[in-house]
Amino acid sequence: MFRNQYDTDVTTWSPAGRLFQVEYAMEAVKQGSAAIGLRSKTHVVLACVNKANSELSSHQKKIFHVADHIGVAIAGLTADGRVLSRYMRSECINYNYTYDSPLPVGRLVVQLADKAQVCTQRSWKRPYGVGLLVGGLDESGAHLYYNCPSGNYFEYQAFAIGSRSQAAKTYLERRFESFKDSSRDDLIKDALIATRETLQGEKLRSSICTIAVVGAGEPFHILDQDTVQKLIDAFEIVAEEDVPAAESGGADDQSAALEEGAPADQGAAPDEGVAPMDI
Amino acid sequence: MSKQQANWSPYDNNGGSCVAIAGADYCVVAADTRMSTGYSILTRDYSKICKLADKCFLASSGFQADVRALQKNLAAKHLSYQHQHNKQMSCPAMAQLLSNTLYYKRFFPYYAFNVLGGLDSEGKGCVFTYDAVGSYEKVGYSAQGSGSTLIMPVLDKRLQSPSPLLLPSQDAVTPLSEEEAIDLVKTVFVAATERDIHTGDSVEIVVLNADGIRREHVELRKD
Amino acid sequence: MSSVELNQPKNSLSEIQRTQYPYVTGTSVVALKYKDGILMASDMGASYGSTLRYKSVERIKPIGKHSLLGATGELSDFQELLRYLDELILYDNMWDDGNSLGPKEVHNYLTRIMYNRRNKFNPLWNSLILGGVKNGQKYLGTVNMIGVHYEDDHVATGFGNHLARPILREEWHKDLSFEDGVKILEKCMRVLLYRDRSAVNKLQIAKITEEGVTISQPYALKTFWGFNAFQNPTAAAEGSW
Repeated sequence: MFRNQYDTDVTTWSPAGRLFQVEYAMEAVKQGSAAIGLRSKTHVVLACVNKANSELSSHQKKIFHVADHIGVAIAGLTADGRVLSRYMRSECINYNYTYDSPLPVGRLVVQLADKAQVCTQRSWKRPYGVGLLVGGLDESGAHLYYNCPSGNYFEYQAFAIGSRSQAAKTYLERRFESFKDSSRDDLIKDALIATRETLQGEKLRSSICTIAVVGAGEPFHILDQDTVQKLIDAFEIVAEEDVPAAESGGADDQSAALEEGAPADQGAAPDEGVAPMDI
Repeated sequence: MSKQQANWSPYDNNGGSCVAIAGADYCVVAADTRMSTGYSILTRDYSKICKLADKCFLASSGFQADVRALQKNLAAKHLSYQHQHNKQMSCPAMAQLLSNTLYYKRFFPYYAFNVLGGLDSEGKGCVFTYDAVGSYEKVGYSAQGSGSTLIMPVLDKRLQSPSPLLLPSQDAVTPLSEEEAIDLVKTVFVAATERDIHTGDSVEIVVLNADGIRREHVELRKD
Repeated sequence: MSSVELNQPKNSLSEIQRTQYPYVTGTSVVALKYKDGILMASDMGASYGSTLRYKSVERIKPIGKHSLLGATGELSDFQELLRYLDELILYDNMWDDGNSLGPKEVHNYLTRIMYNRRNKFNPLWNSLILGGVKNGQKYLGTVNMIGVHYEDDHVATGFGNHLARPILREEWHKDLSFEDGVKILEKCMRVLLYRDRSAVNKLQIAKITEEGVTISQPYALKTFWGFNAFQNPTAAAEGSW
């Protein structure tokens, strides 16, 4: 890793106008295993890849139930993610206590972003090393947000973060226009396919991924492993018949998309070469 | 006599009666729906029964603002419990939590008289009865609130539960069948409505058993 | 009273003034649900003890887009409450995110305020009525100075509880037209005017529907004081005065 004299604490600017500590924190998000989110008009689906630390251990939980109308998927430092989801849970409980109604998703996201921002401006603090995909439902519809360590947040139709998330993003960019009117089950299928894209040669199994749904008339919940496996089996069977073609086509598209890069303008996708402060 | 002026008290009694009966495989929790202050009826359709967990219902009378604050407090704590433990709180656990919550406000108490009814982890009915500052007891049946003095002796006579002094201690659940218990609840509420002005309008009955939860509504005298 | 005094710490740090009795008070507010929303009525008087001190006080105010608030009791406390609510609605609007507080949320917020202040032995001396419509859902609730609250199809504060609600229970039904609703409210207000000495014959009726709030100009009710019992009140009770 390179080092320079402007990266020893968060509050020191580099002459180029960058905050290296914050950028390093953003790098931490890319180290974590992938997390994916996508939404239709009525539903949000969150998905993540579970990586165990060793053969002997189980994986860590990466999707959290925040309230019946909000859930979150994380990539990066799981410990930070856990602490932040606890904060989000308590904010939801407090809001519900005063107003007897669910906290609007966008407002929670701003509170969360403000909390992360404070850490980028205090000498005795460290930025959170986690990216959060916050999915939820409120009176203005279904929402998907991405919160990052810099204190920035963005609303998305579909997004992926974490290691090898570019492959999933490419898939989502190719398909996102149809998501708005997708059914719940199609959304889950797309989430699974996007998840598969991030796997390196590994076969998609329910044991290495988690799927969660929230939507109209459906409180946030994590699908159990059997259900996920059945869904995988269902579309893998279909895929075997007609997808070899699609799959190779997919690869072409992918490389094409990469070549075109940012100008292809899914404004969402950050170009990896550029300073991550854009995020 | 000093200047005549309006005065205030931080407490009120909004009346109402609560009953719970535990059976071997069921539990009945009931309360009337009248809310009053002094001689005035505020509303005829206010539920005093609160679902605290899947198999745990709380019926409370007393000062409505305190009762509501207590219910919200327990609901928030139960949500945290679910976040932390990934399961519903059991009825005996909720009973202890309620006691602690009431005792915590020992020196400015919740003016609330509670009966907690539900099913334990084996599916057996259980009832817990409280005073306003948190002392509680597991019983087979109980009545609380403005009509409790009229209802309790009837339950005592009809349910004849084994003495708590017996050794070895015997189960406190009642020998009645579910239907008999529900009938008994209806009877005691009709009776209490006759003599207690703070009880009436209608009675809400919640029945818990292995099949799930069932609710009944029976009209009472409105005068 | 003595228990209240016992609970008040007497060190210099906490020597703060608390409302232990009201000064300027408004009397009853009456409200009901009707076909398209909520109707609410109150007179415009405010008394200083038994003196009729103010005669043109608006005691019904709109709160945000979906709610209507009516208040009985201490006028200054009501005005303080309005300041809280103005701030609440301002901050809610500043989010500008398509979410807004409806009548249920405002009512719950008010209940929290009232109950909180009673917990501090420093109550806001009011009985409040909150009505509103949001997403086709009608809402009508009330809360008093110690935090007792409930919803109903019709509500009334103060004397209204004794004099207006019996009328409402008799005549209210859920598909009341606007005209019939106003008629019932006027009947209630007329009874209150006759029997509540602090009521004045200058009132406003407010309407809230999905379309928004309209509060009527102040107007007076037709009254008839020629009843025998009014002209010669002791005729039927000789020797009692």
